[in-house]
Formats: sequence, structure tokens, C-alpha cells
Amino acid sequence: MSRDENKLLIDVKDLRVSFDTYAGEVQAVRGVSFYVNKGEALAIVGESGCGKSVTAQSTMQLIPMPPGRIKEGSVMFNGKDLTKFTDKQMESVRGSEISMIFQDPMTSLNPTMKVGKQIMEGLIKHQKMSKQDAKQKAIEMLDVVGIPNPEKRVEQYPHEFSGGMRQRAMIAIALACNPKLLIADEPTTALDVTIQAQILDLMKDLQKDFDTAIILITHDLGVVADMAQRIVVMYAGVVIESGTLDEIFYDGQHPYTWGLLKSVPRLDTQGKQKLYPIEGTPPDLFSPPKGCPFAARCEYAMPICREEMPEKTHLSKDHFVKCWLQHEMAPDVENPIKKGRE
Amino acid sequence: MSEKKLEGRKNIIEVNNLKKHFKVGKGQILKAVDGVTFSIREGETLGLVGESGCGKSTTGRAMIRLYEATEGEVIFDGMNIQRLNRKELKNFTKQAQMIFQDPYASLNPRMTVGDIIGEGMDIHGLRKGKERMAKIYELLEIVGLNREHASRFPHEFSGGQRQRIGIARALSVEPKFIVCDEPISALDVSIQAQVVNLLEELQEEMGLTYLFIAHDLSMVKHISDRIAVMYLGAVMELTTSKVLYDEPLHPYTQALLSAIPIPDPEVERSRNRIILEGDVPSPINPPEGCKFQKRCKYVKDICREKAPELREVKPEHFVACHIVK
Ligand SMILES: Nc1ncnc2c1ncn2[C@@H]1O[C@H](COP(=O)(O)OP(=O)(O)OP(=O)(O)O)[C@@H](O)[C@H]1O
Ligand SMILES: Nc1ncnc2c1ncn2[C@@H]1O[C@H](COP(=O)(O)OP(=O)(O)OP(=O)(O)O)[C@@H](O)[C@H]1O
Ligand SMILES: [Mg+2]
Ligand SMILES: [Mg+2]
Repeated sequence: MSRDENKLLIDVKDLRVSFDTYAGEVQAVRGVSFYVNKGEALAIVGESGCGKSVTAQSTMQLIPMPPGRIKEGSVMFNGKDLTKFTDKQMESVRGSEISMIFQDPMTSLNPTMKVGKQIMEGLIKHQKMSKQDAKQKAIEMLDVVGIPNPEKRVEQYPHEFSGGMRQRAMIAIALACNPKLLIADEPTTALDVTIQAQILDLMKDLQKDFDTAIILITHDLGVVADMAQRIVVMYAGVVIESGTLDEIFYDGQHPYTWGLLKSVPRLDTQGKQKLYPIEGTPPDLFSPPKGCPFAARCEYAMPICREEMPEKTHLSKDHFVKCWLQHEMAPDVENPIKKGRE
Repeated sequence: MSEKKLEGRKNIIEVNNLKKHFKVGKGQILKAVDGVTFSIREGETLGLVGESGCGKSTTGRAMIRLYEATEGEVIFDGMNIQRLNRKELKNFTKQAQMIFQDPYASLNPRMTVGDIIGEGMDIHGLRKGKERMAKIYELLEIVGLNREHASRFPHEFSGGQRQRIGIARALSVEPKFIVCDEPISALDVSIQAQVVNLLEELQEEMGLTYLFIAHDLSMVKHISDRIAVMYLGAVMELTTSKVLYDEPLHPYTQALLSAIPIPDPEVERSRNRIILEGDVPSPINPPEGCKFQKRCKYVKDICREKAPELREVKPEHFVACHIVK
């Protein structure tokens, strides 16, 4: 699904977020733009610390402020700029129109409150339901997310649930008010693969049945291939490439994207596959380099890469990349992921 | 890269009906490992996979005597490790080493990297003075760090670098066998490949034998010659990586493999996933009979009555399942 003003749900423009620490300013997000259409699943991928969570949390003003601050940018949601919202206005959006699920369900479930009550809260607050109706809906939601004996389970506390069930309960809370956007930050990273498969299946069903849009943050490219329609690749606080699933997996153009795809083994390859790690580590976000942040680890780096951040090059309606290799003066480089497929 | 030839190599370590039970209060017994049998050949990597809590780490720990086994035996180089005298035990702890999952918690923050790596040599009285330092420098270079790092402290290093320090420490006493317990789980994907490539190179150069424990089956398939699949304290299937992925026989292995998403959109679009219902049951009072019965769609009466033995159904292919012929 490419950008379509009629279907546009959230449109983030030039978001810049920093944290003021004793050691100085951490420039966690340095000009990030992306959009999500209604009912679409967008994946944000990238190495640990590249700013995925901060980006997602900033859209909902969920970063701790201070030390965090949104320095610049806009987050247009249904035509309104969320960065201009007061705390109170934000409260009414959170959990009703936009919901978030996290990697560790225990950090967002309240351990001292019955699971059913936690689902009911939003329904009573946002949808002005009666207690009785809300309870009925809570039972229904637990059933939707595949928890057996929901009538009993609503009366239990989170610690009485297994890890997979807690994740399901969190999804039930997140989806109770039928949000238009679900932000899922590593929703399955802490889970076993057989449970992960259950949760991903559930999320896909819900996306279909309720037309919920999803921003999926993950480091697992397999999960991305299974779930997303479009991908944003982040590196050191900036978006370095974005496109549809196929454009990134089969025609990715950024050397970092290549690195991500070539460093993971696949279950379905015959014989021994060689792994190509990305040598080195990401730059320090206290003083990000002035050129392309990936230059220091890039085997194709040219002098210009260390001097200046490349502009966007548009390759299709959805696909763009920021890399000096796109410049007409740059040498021709064989695309290693394309080659591998032929 | 070519596949290793393993036929004719001798077993370096054998695990026979190993059990490790923990008392967990109220007279309850947690059967973390409940009758596991396998062997690893010299120079081989055996992958150990299975869901959280199925007993992988406990197995690995019991194999190098970090845990006393409740029952069964571990034979290392022909000797039962539970029956070693002091001298033999010291020799065994030198031969069998472990690399841990958490590169942050497993290095002493108050020791320099050089002393962390040198500690094993000190304990075993292997090298002193200049020779010791020379070995430390050599090890740092082997794992892709440099000698200047010896005087620094763990907190100054990234996760991948810390894992390299852990590997250098394990190598310092020139072991034959290393239990790698989730050595890459805490690392970023791009860094995981660095550590895995390093482990493979070291194996080739030094003829090391690995037990490689991990959640990530794609990586396990990549690094292992053979793989054992565990469920609730028992081995369900054991065979070469290739056969395990090409023709898994146990219903649990089939579901486990099918659950793993493949980083290729075309493949994912055409895949049919087997979704297992329910959660992994508790190892406290596990069910009689087959441990997988509660989630198995082929379950029959016999599965509830009798635990299936691990049988060799084809050469080198072992399965514990009543249904598999
Ligand atoms: N409260 C905070 N104070 C200071 N720095 C912070 C804070 N929260 C995040 N950061 C920094 O912002 C940067 C981006 O962090 P973020 O959590 O968004 O990364 P991420 O891409 O989600 O990584 P991961 O994959 O590890 O979750 C990191 O360098 C991090 O250290
Ligand atoms: N010292 C102990 N005392 C009591 N129970 C233990 C002890 N060590 C492990 N267990 C239990 O034994 C079972 C197996 O644990 P083990 O750590 O071997 O699992 P694992 O397969 O390594 O899991 P993971 O993938 O999560 O690391 C678990 O139920 C665990 O809670
Ligand atoms: Mg994060
Ligand atoms: Mg473990």
C-alpha cells in the first residue's frame, strides 16, 4: 500500500528527540519521517539503540520528559498534530485510538490489579461503558486473544498467567477499545517460537478483522517477512531506507540493509551458508558523525560519506534510500542480495 | 564451506539417562532433566534446542559438573565425571569449559580483562609471568581484540566484545569441550554472526567440541552438525541438522520448525504454519507417559500410559514417539 492521503492514518515528519543526561545530549532520534495507512502493518527495523522505541514512544508522548524532549517534528494523526496535545488530550487518545504493547508484559500490566479490571478500565473511561458491560467485553476480549476459561481468568492476577498468556492479556487490553493504530514494540521477543507463532497469528487476524494499523518494532527479519507490508530501516537515529517488503528484501539498496539481511542464517537453505557480520559497532549518539552514520562500518564508504549525510533518492513510489552510492558519480556496486537470488 | 566428516570419530562425551531433579518446597519435585541420553563426537557441534525451561542449561551444567546429577552418568574421555579423584577432577575442569549467555553478568567488573582471561591459568598453574601475559595477548588477538585491551575493564566493552572476552577466558586453559549456553542471545543480530563465525574458526583450528545451546533454531542449524530437540526435560528427536530440517519426524519438532519465520517474504506468503495450542506444561509433576501429549494432535492412549524411548528409526536418526514408525 503506498501513500494515499485518503487512507493516511499517522504521518510523522522530521521527528527529533533528545535526552539530556549528565554526560550530554543523547540525540536518539535525528529527523525521522514515516507514515502508516489505515489497516497497514509497518515494520521498523534496526540495531539495538538505533532509536526504534524512542521513535514509537515519542509519537504517543510516552518518553520520560525530562530527560527526554521532542525537539522538532510533527505527528499528524487523523489530521491533528499529537505533539501539540496537552497531557489530558493525549490521555484520551492513548488506549482508545492508539494502543501500545511492549516486549515485557510485566512492565505494563499492573501486578496488583485483576486482569479483567485492567481491560475494563479503558472501556469505562473511553467508551463510557457500564461496569457490567465492560466486564462482559473483557471476557469477550480474553476469548478473542485465545485465553481459555475467560470467565475465570478475568478474576486472576497477572502473576497467575504464563508468559504467553500475559502477552495475550496485554494485547486484549490494547485492543479492547478497538484502536485504529497498534504500536507493538518487540511483542514476541521474550516468547518461545511456538508461542510467538500464536501471537503473530492473532495479530494478523485482528489486523484483518478490525482493520487495525500496526507499527511493528522488531529485530527479527523473519517476523517482519511474516507480518509487515512496508519497512522502515533505521540506523543511529535516522531512517536510511524504506520501501515495501519485497523492495527491501529483494531490492534493498543501502549497504546497512544488505548487512542486516546477510548476517542472519536461514532455516530453509541447503548446505552451509556463509554469514557476513557487520563489523564494528554503531556510533555514539552523544556526538553522531557529521556524514552518513554508517560510513565507519561500510565497506563501500567513499570520502564524501564521512563529510555529508546523503539526501533521499526515490526509487519507486514507496522505496527510497539515503546513500551516496546512488549518486551518478559513484562507482557501480553489485547488489549482493539481488545476486544471491539468481 | 563443506560439511564435516564425523563417521569414525570417537565420542568425547557421553550422557546416559541423565536426570536432574530439584526439590522446590512442599515436597514437590521439579524434573528439569528427566532421562537424557546422547553423545558428542570429537570436533563435533551438537546443538541443543527447545523452549524456555525445557532443561537445556541444566543439561549443559550437569555435563561439566556445575550441577550434581540426580541420576545417570556423564562419561568424559572414558571417565565417569561423578567418580573422579581430585587430580582427575582438576584435569576435567580444565578440559571442559563453559561460555555463558549474559556477557554482562558473567565477567567480574572489578577485574581487568587480562586478569579475567588469566584467572584460569592461575588456578591450574599453567603459565606465569611473561609467558602468562604472552598467552593473554595471543588469546585477545585470536578472538579479534587487541593486546591494549588487557588492562581495561569489562564495562568499557560492547556486548559482542564482552562475549569475545568470555570466549578467550574459556580458551585460556586449552579445553577440549565447551558448553556454549546461548552465547549469542544477548547480542544484536549483526554482532551474532561475528561471534558464531569466531566459534567456527576456533573449532576448525583447535579441534574443539561444542554443545551449543540456543533458542534461535536458524543459528543452531547453521552451526551444528547434529541437533537434539528437548521438551520438558526429555530429548524428543536427535539427528543431523540437515535431516532434522528436511525430514523432522517428531510432531513437536515439526511444529517447532514450522513456527520459525523465515526472512523471505515470498517463502512466508506460501507457508502453512502448524500452530501449537497451549503453553509448555510445568516440569513440576509432569504428565505420565509422553511429555508432549497435552499439545500433540496425534495423541493416542499409549502416549498417556508409557513414555516413549528414544529409538533409532533410521541410521543416525533418533525419535522418541509412539506414533512414528
Ligand atoms: N531515558 C533515556 N535517557 C537517556 N538516553 C536514552 C533514554 N532512553 C533511550 N535513550 C537512548 O536513546 C537511544 C535510542 O534508544 P531506543 O530505546 O529507541 O533504541 P531501540 O532502537 O529501541 O533499541 P533496542 O532494539 O535495544 O530496543 C539509545 O542510545 C538509548 O541509550
Ligand atoms: N537451581 C534450580 N532450582 C530449581 N529449579 C531450577 C533450578 N535451575 C533450573 N530450574 C528449573 O529447571 C527447569 C529447566 O531449567 P533450565 O534453565 O535448564 O531451562 P532452559 O531450557 O535452559 O531454559 P531457557 O531457554 O529459558 O534458558 C526450569 O523449570 C527451571 O525453572
Ligand atoms: Mg527498543
Ligand atoms: Mg537456559
